[in-house]
Amino acid sequence: MLDRRDFVRRLLAERGDLLVVSGLGSATYDVAAAGDHPLNFYLWGAMGGTAMIGLGLALAKPNRRVAVLTGDGDMLMGIGSLATIGVKQPKNLVIVILDNAHYGETGMQQSHTHAGIDLVATALACRFKHARAVSRIEEAADVRALLHEGEGPILISARISEEDVPRVLPLRDGHAIKQRFIEALNAARN
Amino acid sequence: MHTPTTIETSWPDAIYANFRRVGVRQVGYVPDAGHSRLIALCQSDPNIADVVLTTEEEGVGLVAGAALGGQRAALLMQSSGVGNCINMFSLLRNCGFGCVVLVTMRGEFGEFNPWQVPMGAITEEALRLTGFLTYRIERAEDVDDIVGAGCDMAFDGNLQVAILLSQRLIGRKQWTR
Repeated sequence: MLDRRDFVRRLLAERGDLLVVSGLGSATYDVAAAGDHPLNFYLWGAMGGTAMIGLGLALAKPNRRVAVLTGDGDMLMGIGSLATIGVKQPKNLVIVILDNAHYGETGMQQSHTHAGIDLVATALACRFKHARAVSRIEEAADVRALLHEGEGPILISARISEEDVPRVLPLRDGHAIKQRFIEALNAARN
Repeated sequence: MHTPTTIETSWPDAIYANFRRVGVRQVGYVPDAGHSRLIALCQSDPNIADVVLTTEEEGVGLVAGAALGGQRAALLMQSSGVGNCINMFSLLRNCGFGCVVLVTMRGEFGEFNPWQVPMGAITEEALRLTGFLTYRIERAEDVDDIVGAGCDMAFDGNLQVAILLSQRLIGRKQWTR
């Protein structure tokens, strides 16, 4: 089992011009804890929509790398979007599911993945180029490399510990998060 | 594939011309008879990424992601699809993502299927409650003007605009085989 904060910190180390979309709840806190960045689009709601935001961004910016970091509950709510992404085959999109098999925000009720529902197999059935589960911290370097260079669409299910960690709360104003992201992307001019 | 042949061809072309004019680059949709010609026009345009969705709700995320990446996106759906989007629409309102949604109406003029009526009857009100400006089109000759105005408001002002294409405009005949 992975320590979620350590794992996400390693994924986002020396991130370069990586674009990051984080799903509501703990995934947003983990991404913020790894270091606030203008190219983070933090979600605080819109549950089930994170992967699709990643797709829209990946299609709009085919020369940039897009990482979606989200929880198992968010991915399950938007499970049909795996099929939609499979149709479009974005080469620059990687989804990392921080899977603790529970709904952390609402009191740690078990999610479908706890019962063995397999998001890696689902992604492969949806024609993802690559999908696998990781559970050892040594694998973080491989996943980080996939974020930057892997041919997408890719889905990684990261088996994280159920341990509760302190919340790290980033910007909450949706307009501000959006505007900061767009300005940083425009400044890069590619 | 069943291809409706009774659709008035001019109004989908007028919508498409406006997409071209304002630079819409991504179009999300769930397959729909009323939108079939517009969908085909978008699919054949190399400058538009057409994204077929499993549920209309996915399209809301698509619009937001496109906007983050500097692209304009539009959604095509039936009135029933509006109901599938309601919580996700908060993303557009909360962050100020400009969006145009073209809604083919069901459950009204000449509807043969009563199961379409409950959602069709509340579609415009539901859109307004979730923050959309709504415009309703009854006549084909109004499509260019209203869609043009709607696209300009949405993308120049980061507003959420829904344009309801009435069942009378779309035509009853296409629902029969």
